[in-house]
Amino acid sequence: MTSAQPARPARSKPRNRDWLHGLLMSTPAVAGLIAFVGIPFGYAVVLSFYNVRLGSPLAPSFFGVEQYRRLFTDPDLSGPFLRALLNNLTFAVVVVPLQTGLALALAILLNRKLKAIGLFRSLFFMPVVFPMTLVAVIWRLILARSDQGLLNSALHAVSFGNWGAFDWLGDAATAMASIIVLSVWQGVGFQMVILLAGLQQIPGELYEAAELDRASRWQQFRHVTLPGIRGTLVFVAMLTSVLAFRVFDQVYVLVHGGGLDEDATRTVMYQAVTTAFDQNNIGQASAITVVFFLIVVALTLIQRRVVRPDNED
Amino acid sequence: MATTRAPLRRFADYAVLSVLAFIFVLPVLYLLLGSLKPSDQVLNGLSGFLPTHLSFDNYTHVLDALNSDSTGYFWRFMGVSLLVAFVVVTGGLFVNSMAAYGMSRLKWRGRGALFTLVLLLMLVPFESVAVPLFYMFNDQRNTIYIQAIPFIANAFSVYQFHTFFRTIPPSIEEAARLDGAGPWRTFFAIIVPMSKPVFASVAILTFLTQWGSFLWPVLMVSDPAARPLPLEMSVFQGQQPPDWGQILAFGVLLVLPVLVVFAFFQRWFVQGVASSAVKG
Repeated sequence: MTSAQPARPARSKPRNRDWLHGLLMSTPAVAGLIAFVGIPFGYAVVLSFYNVRLGSPLAPSFFGVEQYRRLFTDPDLSGPFLRALLNNLTFAVVVVPLQTGLALALAILLNRKLKAIGLFRSLFFMPVVFPMTLVAVIWRLILARSDQGLLNSALHAVSFGNWGAFDWLGDAATAMASIIVLSVWQGVGFQMVILLAGLQQIPGELYEAAELDRASRWQQFRHVTLPGIRGTLVFVAMLTSVLAFRVFDQVYVLVHGGGLDEDATRTVMYQAVTTAFDQNNIGQASAITVVFFLIVVALTLIQRRVVRPDNED
Repeated sequence: MATTRAPLRRFADYAVLSVLAFIFVLPVLYLLLGSLKPSDQVLNGLSGFLPTHLSFDNYTHVLDALNSDSTGYFWRFMGVSLLVAFVVVTGGLFVNSMAAYGMSRLKWRGRGALFTLVLLLMLVPFESVAVPLFYMFNDQRNTIYIQAIPFIANAFSVYQFHTFFRTIPPSIEEAARLDGAGPWRTFFAIIVPMSKPVFASVAILTFLTQWGSFLWPVLMVSDPAARPLPLEMSVFQGQQPPDWGQILAFGVLLVLPVLVVFAFFQRWFVQGVASSAVKG
């Protein structure tokens, strides 16, 4: 217990009790995380092996891997689920390069010593603070199907009346594109700020040297900018793909009020929530969230693997 | 880098930025102008954009007159959202910073293992525990505290504090110890006051996330008395027939608190977003 060092008792005593204070300080947060993340997560895995229905008089029965089998092979269930996975994939495959590229272009444009540059940065960042439920409503109006919708009437004016009413959200061909546009609008500022921080860590001398060598703007971009933010860029792309996979709010809000084409935009989280909530099928919904988790973890682990070597330079 | 820049080039920069910013801000302008228009003027082609017939009628309606079962009182929703955000932000700052301090500055066996556990739990997105949490707390539905308590402890916040605390020189604590301060006093009287930037950026990020929180209320709250603003926003916009002027006024009021916070703490806001990533 007490390492008897009579020479300096005042100093060694509190040091020995560090474990107690450390544990006490850590306990509230760690207990909360175990209670609201750890246990529910374990519970999700357990529930996914049972047939559990909310509000059903029947006791939950063990189901083995039946829920998973159904998700992937039962035509009634696997149809919507695989469609949801495909929608998630489509969303991510389009959003990740589009949003990252746009964010990079904006970051480069905003990485200047111009007057009022801070105002411009704020303007592009502003949509990030908008709750997705509000973003969905604004865009529901812009993309409204009637000829009075903002986009439709603008197209009508530009095309001299050749373009009329089009149902952007309700048409299966454009529903996902609409979700992508509003999501990129809301999220691009977030990525932009991260990339801007990365750009500002590139030493200015590198550009001066490049300019002395008469490197063109494009050459400077290729040989100074891109290598300088490679790590940040990879990080942003991976972060965007994880966030893209979690898309839910905008789809839910628009399906439940905006005449959004459900089949073309249903995502994995949407599928999980409607399965748990509308069909009261907790076991099935848990299996969906476990699959969801495995995909997100895979993406996160790839992210760590890809980003880490660069951080240690 | 900007050593000599021709005026023409500078003009071109401004022109490109202005056009882009205008396109980018259009939806926000549309929201603002629409919220000030009579409802039949909002969804009205391009003229929905023109600043005519402006008045604050929609706002007075949203704030005072709404009193039906489907919509309830605006201030009640605002109150629920503010209360939940306040509890999550202040509780979270307290609990997560303390844990990060205990794990990063005090030397004891097991602290590494505990921190690894936190990092592992950081991998679990809320979405993948939402359904079991919903099932576990089904009998707590429609309470206010179930909206806040699960989000106080936050692995990512612990991680952010941990990253910051590690950069503090140990000599500061040694000096405090020589003065007879224990770990608690050292933490609250010395470390917390010198860590304002990280507290600000964690607070802002937590508030932003919490303010927009939607998935959990959708699952847990059906009673209008316990509804937070974003959930009410989605209920309100789904009504038939939609009253667009009032819906947009509602939207402005929903985003106003975050915009105010954003305007005041803009520098920290942006820093918080940037630093949480660059160090990741």
